[in-house]
Amino acid sequence: MNRHMIILAAFAVLIAFLGIGLRLNPREVPSPLVGKPAPAFELAQLAKPQQPFTEKDMLGKVWLLNVWASWCVSCREEHPVLLDLARTGAVPIVGLNYKDKRDDGLAWLKQFGDPYNLSIADNDGRVGINYGVYGVPETFLIDKFGVICDKIIGPVTRARLSEKILPLVKKLEQKEHQSCA
Amino acid sequence: MRLIAVVLAWCLPLLAAAQGAQPTPEDPVTNQRAVHLAEQLRCLVCQNQSLADSHAELAVDLRRQIREQIAAGKSDVAIIDYMVERYGDFVRYRPPVKASTLLLWFGPPVLMVFGLFLLLRYLGQRRIRIENAPLTEAERNEARTLLGEPAPGPRT
Repeated sequence: MNRHMIILAAFAVLIAFLGIGLRLNPREVPSPLVGKPAPAFELAQLAKPQQPFTEKDMLGKVWLLNVWASWCVSCREEHPVLLDLARTGAVPIVGLNYKDKRDDGLAWLKQFGDPYNLSIADNDGRVGINYGVYGVPETFLIDKFGVICDKIIGPVTRARLSEKILPLVKKLEQKEHQSCA
Repeated sequence: MRLIAVVLAWCLPLLAAAQGAQPTPEDPVTNQRAVHLAEQLRCLVCQNQSLADSHAELAVDLRRQIREQIAAGKSDVAIIDYMVERYGDFVRYRPPVKASTLLLWFGPPVLMVFGLFLLLRYLGQRRIRIENAPLTEAERNEARTLLGEPAPGPRT
């Protein structure tokens, strides 16, 4: 009797572990960059190739860096959410056009609408590597001090936006002297 | 002799073309190092493949990074650190020993020692049980019949 109870208990523990395992998403690898300064870059703007843009241009603002590409299917799913967010003006969004052709990127924005304050062109994906991008779309929330405070892997959903991202943006905007690091 | 020279001359552009087709022509040592490093790193797109195995575009880019950094004179450790800084410990197939990976590293040996302990204890108890319960004469005879031995008379 006692022995059966032990086996049953061991089985229950196993089931519990497997259950937890099923709920995890192996695609979401936590980024080591959260809490660290956003990697420096200087890239040409997608719409104005002769004009460079660096992450320092956004110092003093809480902003989103959204990695997108015209070849990215999930970006289309995410796009209406970003368009709505842009309409509210709650937070500036900078697009990182990742491993894309300029013409394709511009055509995509023309077709689906442009939620970005501006987009920058990372044609060979080197800035993407520095940001640890491995699947598009990805979104980084960066505070006034240029520190990455959160990373969203995969499409930004309305639920994620209202429950997590926007409250965090508000909190970060009130922080005048201290980064989220 | 002249024929060979002509054939060689004819082949030269082909050779040049063949070299041009390779993305990174380089010496075998660098190549070996690059492959060795790529085998230790995980491709984050197709997570059960190493950078060396994967055909994902990111893997191609990261292999290029590895080669560039070798060319720039970086050590293997520095290159792995570069990847870990960006993608986390997850890129390493051999995770570092730290608080969060203690169970991963030492769980299996601890389980094995625990299992061995249980096994030895069980074997010891079983021996005691057997020694304390000798066979009766009837059981002994039955065993002999089963083994095909002639049943002897009463024991001397």
